[in-house]
Amino acid sequence: MKRITSLFLALFAGAAFSGAAVAQESGTLKKIRDTGVIKIGHRDASIPFSYLDEKQRPIGYGVDICLKIADAVQAQLKMPNLKVEFVPVTSQTRIPILTGGNIDLECGSTTNSIERQKQVAFAPTYFMTGTKIIVKKNSGIKGYDDLKGKTVVITQGTTNERAMKAYNDEKKLGINFIPAKDHAESFLAVETGRAVAFPMDDILLFGLRASARNPDDYVILGEFLSDDPYGIMMRRDDAEFKKLVDDTVIGLYKSGEINKIYTKWFQSKIPPRGINLNFPMSDALKQAIKNPNDTGVGACGKMKC
Amino acid sequence: MDFSFLNQPAFSGGGVYLDWVISGVKWTLLVSVLGWIIAFSMGSVLGVLRTSPVWWLRAPATVYVEIFRNIPLLVQMFIWYFVVPEIVPKFMGDWLKTKMPMPEFWNAVLCLGFYTASRVAEQVRSGIQSIPRGQTNAALAMGLTLPQAYRHVLLPMAYRIIIPPMTTEFLTIFKNSSVALTIGVLELTAQARQISEYTFRTFEIFIIATIIYALITLTVTFSMRWLEHRARVPGYIGGASGK
Repeated sequence: MKRITSLFLALFAGAAFSGAAVAQESGTLKKIRDTGVIKIGHRDASIPFSYLDEKQRPIGYGVDICLKIADAVQAQLKMPNLKVEFVPVTSQTRIPILTGGNIDLECGSTTNSIERQKQVAFAPTYFMTGTKIIVKKNSGIKGYDDLKGKTVVITQGTTNERAMKAYNDEKKLGINFIPAKDHAESFLAVETGRAVAFPMDDILLFGLRASARNPDDYVILGEFLSDDPYGIMMRRDDAEFKKLVDDTVIGLYKSGEINKIYTKWFQSKIPPRGINLNFPMSDALKQAIKNPNDTGVGACGKMKC
Repeated sequence: MDFSFLNQPAFSGGGVYLDWVISGVKWTLLVSVLGWIIAFSMGSVLGVLRTSPVWWLRAPATVYVEIFRNIPLLVQMFIWYFVVPEIVPKFMGDWLKTKMPMPEFWNAVLCLGFYTASRVAEQVRSGIQSIPRGQTNAALAMGLTLPQAYRHVLLPMAYRIIIPPMTTEFLTIFKNSSVALTIGVLELTAQARQISEYTFRTFEIFIIATIIYALITLTVTFSMRWLEHRARVPGYIGGASGK
């Protein structure tokens, strides 16, 4: 019994001691130091932000920026052996996996919204887009109101789902929604004719169209139904880690390095099939880079409600 | 734990989140019960064929059972929903994809029914084969034809014998119905996920879903136990001590 007691005491003392040694670190940074691993959440079909190349490795604009953050973490913690581990997430699982601690950063195509800010924190906006729809050229759909009574596929858990459903309720279009679990599956529904349209951030639609079997069969239509500023997600209430992430991202903006990363993914040939999206930087994004901010969209789906 | 979200107005559709839960339960029950009707009727026929002395009746039933029992349900769900409409003639494919009412729902019902039918068939076969051969011979010796022997001697006993394993299959179909969410049926599990996305009340909503599944399966278990008690034959399996 005595032995057990002293063992416990030793354990407590050890815990207290190690706590004292890294007293200035808490939250995510402490977790990374303790485990020696930084876990990055990625997507499988958010082209060109976060997707898999022909060897099934995660790549993309967001992934590149997250790797820069991992470098900064490595430098700050002075851990030359810091390992980067990639964890696949989906639109549905990203928030629970992040808050549950299974990833430390989510690098994908996540819209920064005020509602999500109740659950997670965002790095400064690194892309600006909005909801449009992709339809087949021969479908006869010219705008949102042509969707009346038609079948529309949505990726579950996206802001686009909300924007489309809100529009449907408002205009009483009587759209029949079918849910899908990721963007590739949603696009498959349009490709096979199960659904006539798929509402999604326009840039992702450009990416999906570029990787389709016959890109010329599809058109991307409509006014923006919602504004979607993208940000890298991390856990909330972790000021120390957020500062490190924000400083790294803002550093990329200030040094102009962001332009190089942007050109690499949006204006050059990208894996897996060597397509060039030819998508120059929008004015909204230039603004966001000039004045870095992590403002989210409001409940109405627009920057100004 | 905070369950007040159930009474909050839902994001779309005009009701509260509780309505989403109720609609989820409705689809779970519809998919499962309709699937079970297909599974039970098809499975009974296939099970009888599996024990038939005629080889060309036995062979197709065996092939069916081996195919449907050995392919994972999730894969079958995808094949029916995504692959079949592409390989049938175009006008049929178009009908399957867009013209038929509620394609996801009927796909799920049929797929679940066909899959479970293969499992029911095996239970029926084992029930029939567990009856001593002498009973078939005695029935035939008394001048019954083979179909009559099945109808009056073998099947009444076989169905009684397999009530416990059939209960398991019936319970399984309720649980398997959640696979339908992969093709877009908003049954209980899908609604629970959706509500968790909209309200971030993940733990609460899955506790509710768990309790509902448990209630459904307990109801099935007790009704099947009652059925077993009602249908027992005094002097035979478990009925010897009859009150």
